[in-house]
Amino acid sequence: MKSGDKAIDEDSTMTERSVSIHVPAMTRVEGEGALRLRIENGRIEELALDIFEPPRYFEKFLEGRRYHEVLDTVARICGICPIAYQMSAAQAVENAFGIQTTDWTRDMRRVFYCGEWLQSHALHVHLLAAPDFLGFDSVVGMAAEYPDAVRRGLRLQGLGNSLISLLGGRSVHPVGACVGGFFRAPTQVEVDGILAELHAALPDAVELVEWAAALGVPDDPQGFTSVSLRHTDDYPMAEGRIVSDAGLDITVDDYEKHFAEEHRQQSTALFSLLDGQPYLVGPLARLNLNLDRLPDASHRLLTASGIRFPSNNMFLSLFARTLEIHVAIVEAIRLLEAYQQPRSPYQEVETREGVGCGATEAPRGLLWHRYTLDNDGIVRAARIVPPTSQNQARIEQDLHRSLAAFGIDQQDDDLRLRAETVIRNYDPCISCATHFLHLDVRRT
Amino acid sequence: MAKPSIAVHKFSSCDGCQLAFLNAGEDLLTLSELIDIRHFLEAGMADEEAKVDIAFVEGSISTDEEIERIARVRANSDFVVTIGACATAGGLQALRNLDDNHEAWKNAIYAKPQFITTLDYARPVKELIKVDFELWGCPVNGRQVLAAVQQLLFGVAPLQSNDKVCMECKRTHTVCVMVAENRPCMGPVTRTGCGALCPRFGRDCYACFGPAENINGPAMAARLQGLGLPPADVARRFLFINSQAGDFHEIGRQSYRRGFDDD
Repeated sequence: MKSGDKAIDEDSTMTERSVSIHVPAMTRVEGEGALRLRIENGRIEELALDIFEPPRYFEKFLEGRRYHEVLDTVARICGICPIAYQMSAAQAVENAFGIQTTDWTRDMRRVFYCGEWLQSHALHVHLLAAPDFLGFDSVVGMAAEYPDAVRRGLRLQGLGNSLISLLGGRSVHPVGACVGGFFRAPTQVEVDGILAELHAALPDAVELVEWAAALGVPDDPQGFTSVSLRHTDDYPMAEGRIVSDAGLDITVDDYEKHFAEEHRQQSTALFSLLDGQPYLVGPLARLNLNLDRLPDASHRLLTASGIRFPSNNMFLSLFARTLEIHVAIVEAIRLLEAYQQPRSPYQEVETREGVGCGATEAPRGLLWHRYTLDNDGIVRAARIVPPTSQNQARIEQDLHRSLAAFGIDQQDDDLRLRAETVIRNYDPCISCATHFLHLDVRRT
Repeated sequence: MAKPSIAVHKFSSCDGCQLAFLNAGEDLLTLSELIDIRHFLEAGMADEEAKVDIAFVEGSISTDEEIERIARVRANSDFVVTIGACATAGGLQALRNLDDNHEAWKNAIYAKPQFITTLDYARPVKELIKVDFELWGCPVNGRQVLAAVQQLLFGVAPLQSNDKVCMECKRTHTVCVMVAENRPCMGPVTRTGCGALCPRFGRDCYACFGPAENINGPAMAARLQGLGLPPADVARRFLFINSQAGDFHEIGRQSYRRGFDDD
């Protein structure tokens, strides 16, 4: 069978329908994943998001490398969110060495991060998720009927890439960041150039939010715990405490006291749980927990959209992403308008023995790192918990109840599409998740 | 005449090289008008067995399933083009090849290592099938990939740039970070294509585009030692993103040692 085929077997001789849906290679997700759904006698007997992306063992080959090699290494965990990996790692290593970064570095890291949110969110909204809601297989088909919406999306994605390149040189595996700051400060001319582009893109971002609000996604409320960073002043990106809407409020260092990864026999993946329960990370969780941290312009846009937050409708993740695109542009403008050339873009690093943790908000959710470093700044141990591992338990929980709510007596194609749509809501990055996932030998 | 067709296949990788297509913006739409994109999972096209004119392959080969799949890609494609360090030279994950580390690493990371079907070695694609053209870089960029598509569709072999990063620095009037700042820059042995990004950002090149043509590895290693790098650090400069590339592998192995210095 072709791996792209979507196999649907139905045994119509049974009084109660028995159906098996297998999508061996999911499209429009980052990395390799498959969906298994087996319904017998009107009951879901088997339902799983399989992850068969081979592991690449990043934590192990970080061991023995020097601290200044870490950022270039961890970027390669994910081509779509390399900045998230670099920023969590930089924060963790700086915490281990006791380095306090300058305000300039913290501001520029936020700008850098704005670029990644813009790029990754625009990519996900237009190329991966929106075809589900508008009835297309891919953005290419969608572009024929919705050329303006698609071109607007591609423009925003391109702007995200330019913003990343301002500080990183290139948008995939950028080279500009280092422990202690950045290798190079942008010139005022470069900053002015991108500022003009950011201002010009604001109307696009406003239209995008309005477009997403009018998209007409299913209304499907469900109970879940949201987890994200929370910052004293700003909408969370590159720093903050870890909070939940169930009352959790901890420092990044205390992560492992509350969150644990569990391996289930029947699963090919590790499930990260908060005090034993599934939880949500990502744009919807961030928005739910940080409404009072939105920039004023974004908050007004949210109010005008008529969509109420906090929300327990997972299908509003796409809308949340579009609002965060607006946040990213507004924040990048604010920080770059106050831009001043620093005396030095980085601080000198003095190595010392220690353990440091770091957490930032990757486009698809909380990304946590811990490094043990020796006196010479050589990595002795590393642990990385990516957002998709954290959402894995939540995705399966959501699939079970969403398909039940949708009605498992629906047409098979509709069931399959609904299941895929539910999964894509989480913007799963399977390449990221994989280094930590167990693979099952039982392949069919 | 039927439109020319392409496929984009993913193996063990970070998905970053596929972004050369997905980040192309308007060019992606133009491309999809000029050619038929038959298989590209992340973009939403799923037809893995499609016969195509050009197959782009991202990622290294690290499972039995991938060995079988890459053979089918070869059978179904007129041209096979590897994109990026993983497909072309094994990528970062091929670091596990260095010490036959796989068993130890698997046991350290996974609670149930018996469930891991990954092979002991991550291999570049050309060790398994004939590759018609290689695009180096971690990641490759849109300019490289779109130029290759265009040239192949015109029926000419894509132009390969074998120059060293040093040449690019001279052309762009970038101050040499090795001479001026004693940074352990890999530019003298690294293939250009990035636009000398790292030196332009005031840092040393870390060889993400792989070895250039006719490199003088021993001289480079000696220079790095002269700059004060211990032998293990010299080895790691060569054995990083393109550790399986012949020239880098050979010179890196000479001063490579496993584990920590004080072990």
